[in-house]
Amino acid sequence: MSLQTAAWLVLALPLAGSLVIALGGRWWTPRVAGWIGTVAIALAFVFAVIALIKLQDLPEEARVATSSLWDLVNVAGVRIRLGIYVDPLSVFMALVVTGVSALIHLYSVGYMSSDRGYTRFFAYLNFFVFSMLLLVLAGNLALLIVGWAFVGAASYMLISYWYRRTTATSAGIKAFVINVVGDVGLVLGTFFIFREMGVLDYGPLFEGVQGAFDKNDASLVAGMLLILVGAFAKSAQVPLHTWLPDAMEGPTPVSSLIHAATMVTAGVYLIGRLHPLLEWAPTAAAVGAIVGAATLLIAGTIGLAVTDLKRVIAYSTMSQIGYMIMAVSAAAYVGGFFHLMTHAFFKALLFMAAGSLISAMAGEQSLDRMRGFRKAMPFTFGCFVVGGLALSAFPLMSGFFSKDALLLEIGQRGGWYYALYAAGYIGSVLTVIYTWRMIYRAFWGEPCAEAAELEHGHIHHAEHPTNPQTGEIEDTEVGFPGEAHHIAEQTWQMRLAMGALAVLSVIAGVLFLPFGITEWLANFLEPTFADSIVEHPANDGLEAFGLVLTSVVAVVFLAVAYRIWAVGSGRATAWQERFPSLHRLFVNKWYFDELIGLVIVRPVAWVGHWARDSFERIVINGALIGGTTGIVRAGSAAVRALQTGLLRSYAGLVVIGLSAILLYLLLRAA
Amino acid sequence: MGFLFFLFAIVALAGAVGVVILRNPFYCVLALVVHLIALALLFLLLEAQFVAVAQVVVYAGAVMVLYVFVVAYVGGGDRPGPLWRATARQRTLAIVFGLAVFIELAIAILGTGLKALDTDGPKVTVAYGSPAEIGDLLLNRFLLPFELASFLLLLAAVGAVALSGRRAGIPEDEIHAPERTVDPTHDLVSSPMPPSAGSMAEGVAGYGVTRPLPAPSEESPG
Amino acid sequence: MNISWYLVVSALMFSLGAVGVLIRRNPLVVLLCLELMLNAGNLALLGFARMWADGDGQIFAIVVMVVAACEVAIGLGLIVALYRQRLPVDVDELRELHG
Repeated sequence: MSLQTAAWLVLALPLAGSLVIALGGRWWTPRVAGWIGTVAIALAFVFAVIALIKLQDLPEEARVATSSLWDLVNVAGVRIRLGIYVDPLSVFMALVVTGVSALIHLYSVGYMSSDRGYTRFFAYLNFFVFSMLLLVLAGNLALLIVGWAFVGAASYMLISYWYRRTTATSAGIKAFVINVVGDVGLVLGTFFIFREMGVLDYGPLFEGVQGAFDKNDASLVAGMLLILVGAFAKSAQVPLHTWLPDAMEGPTPVSSLIHAATMVTAGVYLIGRLHPLLEWAPTAAAVGAIVGAATLLIAGTIGLAVTDLKRVIAYSTMSQIGYMIMAVSAAAYVGGFFHLMTHAFFKALLFMAAGSLISAMAGEQSLDRMRGFRKAMPFTFGCFVVGGLALSAFPLMSGFFSKDALLLEIGQRGGWYYALYAAGYIGSVLTVIYTWRMIYRAFWGEPCAEAAELEHGHIHHAEHPTNPQTGEIEDTEVGFPGEAHHIAEQTWQMRLAMGALAVLSVIAGVLFLPFGITEWLANFLEPTFADSIVEHPANDGLEAFGLVLTSVVAVVFLAVAYRIWAVGSGRATAWQERFPSLHRLFVNKWYFDELIGLVIVRPVAWVGHWARDSFERIVINGALIGGTTGIVRAGSAAVRALQTGLLRSYAGLVVIGLSAILLYLLLRAA
Repeated sequence: MGFLFFLFAIVALAGAVGVVILRNPFYCVLALVVHLIALALLFLLLEAQFVAVAQVVVYAGAVMVLYVFVVAYVGGGDRPGPLWRATARQRTLAIVFGLAVFIELAIAILGTGLKALDTDGPKVTVAYGSPAEIGDLLLNRFLLPFELASFLLLLAAVGAVALSGRRAGIPEDEIHAPERTVDPTHDLVSSPMPPSAGSMAEGVAGYGVTRPLPAPSEESPG
Repeated sequence: MNISWYLVVSALMFSLGAVGVLIRRNPLVVLLCLELMLNAGNLALLGFARMWADGDGQIFAIVVMVVAACEVAIGLGLIVALYRQRLPVDVDELRELHG
């Protein structure tokens, strides 16, 4: 078993799982399909571990292996191979993706079990994991773009999974369209780079970039900015972020896997993978860092105001991804990827717990309606608390160490990066507040009706299933959620998955402790980022300061949030009334949807209407089609007119022809 | 010789003009008979004795008798309609082009012919044009055309019988087929088409050419 | 003696026949005019045969007569059939075979 074989197997297993489930759908019972999917991903994780072990056997200077199957394209100087690139970064991503995916599959086996489209769900989910692995393991930019597109498609399929819900299908379309905008940027950016360099494979690309371009060359900057647009769209950064909250229309495992742990981190991976290019175009890197910082602040503020549970977590994701984008753009790679991993753990955990809570609420997602679930759902509450502590970087949780490492590495660059450093800490404040707002509102206070029902051991079922957003009445056939609601306390698959993630959220910090206590992660990722030209001078003072600040922020604002939301007595509404316009701004998500609607959607719709009413009607139907058919019809009518059916006209034509021939012969003889 | 030629030629032409002009078809037939006999005499002048006699016996004798019978049966209709219902333009065009043909032929012929007006022509043997000569040629050199011509006669005979025989089973009253209209909204093979979609049926029925297009009906789908 | 005159007569008869075909409406008379044209051809054929002292032209003329006879038989049969079907025996009225 060589490294390349293990890597190919990691890639092939989810694809095989997806095909087996999809094509054999009529023979598997849904249960079997679910387990096939889970086992496929679990096996892929095992092989990723094997790849990890084999990778460490390679010498550190050359810790990369490539392998290709065949040429996809080999024409006119363009050579694209179906190849993979196995180095520490891709193995790290593969481990995170397969590990978290396996747990989420396990969760879904329990959570989705009354859904009529269960088999389809697992086929899609496996396909998504395959696409994500293709993206991270791809050996050249072209294959990465293929994986990128597949991931977008899988996201669309899964967001619109309950396809009879119009809100879900519109959300899926919105996500797909915005992702396509990013795809255009990605492809154009790739072209800019390809134009100068002539290759798309990673090895030659990274080695040759400093020779082919000057530092901060305009065309390199342009290309990298376009690629960053792709990263922003996929990772839901401002201004291409509006699809992520709507993507919460998908089932909770989908939100957990795709929109927290894996797909949205693809942008982070892309920037990390292309770091030699990005470092050689510092302008583009700076843009990326600033966008990341802006996003983390904006998303944090919105998270303070929205009331839908899943959307709070979605904005939290957006904010944390903003941290990661900021980090990798500022060449803080180890911190960025460390945070990616811990974030995958605790965010997936939070989403899973949210799924359990929403089930208890019989599909209702609004925080306004949830209260006092602490006694009724102890396990879910515990998971929320663990995830929340990790997210708010409470001391000694994994999030604490990862966020700190991230911000430290940014601060180590000095200069204007201190502004990003400060933004990161402001964002931490916001993070703590919105996290604990969510938890206190849902779990403290008088139990609401559903919680009271649950305390007596009975899950609340609504009279008719309804759409949580619009209140439309639905049914439970295929295309809508199933009728049973599964909570963690009653479903062992959910408990097992959540428990595993909770443990990981607590202990994962040990991979990279501060002050060099452990440096396993940094050493592991070192070979990939050895060619980084950015300096991170050690700064112990800053490190200590950062740790203390994070701890203080986490504890203090936890208490502040407790005062405002857990104790109750209208403090929250008092704050809301004190800043009405700010509150309105946050609740309306900074009006981005309206802005995009005004600037883009309306003009495009106008053009479409004009094209259909005027251009299509007059030019295409009238002139082109009508004209052509008119000419043909006139011609054929003219010819038809000769066929009068009159014997005499035919005879006349014969005589005319005869005289013409005779005339010709006469003239010729003359 | 010359005098006889002109005599017979004028009679032949008179007969021909009569065929074209006379109203009553029976009179036309009679005019043609006259023309044929004059032509036979012209053939005699050309030393084609056998052909001349064949002309009289076969053509004027048999074919024209056939014509007479048919004209008697069919007639010119009860009211012989006006000769010309062709438009004035068609009339003039016909005459013009007929004239054109004649003039061209005349130029072609007379261009060469006027020179040798008084020659005798090549010498021919006595047997030229005699039945013996014809028979010899027919059965030796032109055996194949002879056989084919007989075959053709057989075909014509069978065809004529088939055409004019009564078909069994169809009563006389129903022989006249009802006027069959062609519905342009139904193509013969496929599903209903909207009018003016250009189907073959439409073309055959003359819609858009000699008939106006029918209005689109409500029930035929697009 | 010169056959040019025969040919002129033949040409004249041919054109007369052509005009007659174009002008007349009764199909019987049209057929008669067609006979005119055929006979004109015959006359020309025999004239040329006499000019070249060759019997082949006469054979040709006989075959033309055979063909004319057949054609008349069929044509008249057609007209009789038309009459039997009570269709108008008028060349202008019979025009269903059109485009």
